Amino acid sequence: MSMSTLQPGSWQYRALNALNPGLDALSLGLDDLVAAGEPVVAGTADLTYSNGLIEFQRRHPDRFVQFGISEQHMVSAAAGMATTGLTPFVATFASFLALLCCEQIRMDVAYTKQRVRLVGHHTGISLGFYGTSHHATEDISTMRAIAGLTVVSPADGAQLRAAIRASASWPEPIYFRISRGRDPQVYSDDVGFEFGRGIEHARGADVTIVACGTLVHPALEAAERLHAEGLSVGVVDMPTVKPLDEELIRSLAGRTGVIITAEEHNILGGLGSAVAEVLAESPGGARLVRHGIRDEFSLIAAPTRLYAHYRLDADGLVAVVREVLS
Amino acid sequence: MTTPLPDTVDIALLRDRASFIRTETVRLIEIAKVGHYSSVFSAAEIFAALYYDVMRIDPKNPQWPDRDRFLMGKGHAAVGLYPVLADLGYYPATALDDYAHLGSAFGDHPDMTKIPGIDFSSGSIGHALSNGAGMALAGRMAGRDFSVFVMVGDGEMQEGQVWEAALSAAHHRLDRLVAIVDRNGYQLDGAVDDVVGVEPLADKWRAFGWRVVEVDGHDVAAVRDTLAAVRDRVADGVPTCVIARTSKGKGVSYMETEPGWHLGYLDPEDARRATEEIEGGRA
Repeated sequence: MSMSTLQPGSWQYRALNALNPGLDALSLGLDDLVAAGEPVVAGTADLTYSNGLIEFQRRHPDRFVQFGISEQHMVSAAAGMATTGLTPFVATFASFLALLCCEQIRMDVAYTKQRVRLVGHHTGISLGFYGTSHHATEDISTMRAIAGLTVVSPADGAQLRAAIRASASWPEPIYFRISRGRDPQVYSDDVGFEFGRGIEHARGADVTIVACGTLVHPALEAAERLHAEGLSVGVVDMPTVKPLDEELIRSLAGRTGVIITAEEHNILGGLGSAVAEVLAESPGGARLVRHGIRDEFSLIAAPTRLYAHYRLDADGLVAVVREVLS
Repeated sequence: MTTPLPDTVDIALLRDRASFIRTETVRLIEIAKVGHYSSVFSAAEIFAALYYDVMRIDPKNPQWPDRDRFLMGKGHAAVGLYPVLADLGYYPATALDDYAHLGSAFGDHPDMTKIPGIDFSSGSIGHALSNGAGMALAGRMAGRDFSVFVMVGDGEMQEGQVWEAALSAAHHRLDRLVAIVDRNGYQLDGAVDDVVGVEPLADKWRAFGWRVVEVDGHDVAAVRDTLAAVRDRVADGVPTCVIARTSKGKGVSYMETEPGWHLGYLDPEDARRATEEIEGGRA
């Protein structure tokens, strides 16, 4: 990884120059699919402004359905729509989608193998002082446990848009886990996406941070800072939590001292658990530290305060790595 | 359109098929040793009217985009639908011989991924009206005029999602969506009105913006005429709820008088008596 931090084209440069890329990417990704002739429709449950689908609705009113505050109905209706050949994208806060609608997702979407794309946004603790009802720190866990459901947690808007484009050829139903759209940009706008494939940004002999979603950017920043201290810290972005890139995990185990998973999620059932499952069944194994929310309901505060408190920012990850290596 | 039957069939045939649905249900549950006899018996005339007359279907082409759809919120009555689909040619009747066996496509609840002719899987009460609303929405977006019939149980009216779907369907003016309430009066724990009452049912649906039609669910001619009229009416933006007044266990005397038959098993001798009674009542 380059140590010169502000080269145009570097992730650092993009992070500083991006405004609010994350949620615009949802509508833009859908536009891409429309332009490609895909039979997409979008729906939401009274959150068109929060998830940015208002833009898609303006551009494609004939492809948009407002379901009102009826999330379970929305998911079941999307499954019904999919039986006719449409590919519905339905979006609401992740806490409602993955928990309130868990059974509708299981029965109507996954069991029936419908091409529905579920978009859970404002994941983790990104809704700050709105509190536990609006935090989603269990959604990876619940969605990952449903047979045949793909779980994708993009690091930024560019990757989300790329994943939406790539979803055209992905037959399984998908749960997209996205944040609130203020995530610093990690990738360039022309980035591609391959389902089930992790992205190794840097190799680390001492530690490798395996992160998803909002933790990818702080992991990259932490690795840079630790590198300056003489530590060799690798970073893997694991946007597809299911199906997991098991080959990459097994490969990491043989060439890094410690794997640290990092996620804005309960350490029970999320990315850390998924990685632990692979390592536990692999010969040789590896030391693993799961970093995330430690099985508690989060405090409330402004999101940046919460990220600092739970050590989910770059400062926090630097401290975690130092602790692990001490 | 391609259907195996003339546009208007003989009412005697529909009565005969309703009896066939009941006797086949007794036969299949004999294989599984447990099942929802009486949930089928209340709905047999509705199945017969829909599949042998009202619905626009093509058993040779189960995925025909313009076909009418049928969904079952009360998926536990699927054992009564399986013989109908076999009879119409969606699959051979022998496919049912492994009903409920290890790996069978045919279980207590219908599975669209395994059974040709099943328009949507079910089993968890309360989803189907939403699934059907989604199909009706998609049909309108695509400019297709198929109808979507969703059979819901009266106990199912206790599920909140039914009313989310009712509100949404009226708002979105889904006039190709038809809810058929099998008002047989009983659910697993007893009489619906004792468990959690749902009346005044017709008023509730009207208040949610639906047209309501009530019918004797065992008068197969009336059921046929009602559903056909709903299917063929002029589009006016209003979804329709048909409340079918039915009797749980209809056709077998000791089930009609004993509501505990929601889920059960007839030993072979009782099954023989039930079949005789059903066939004796055949018109």
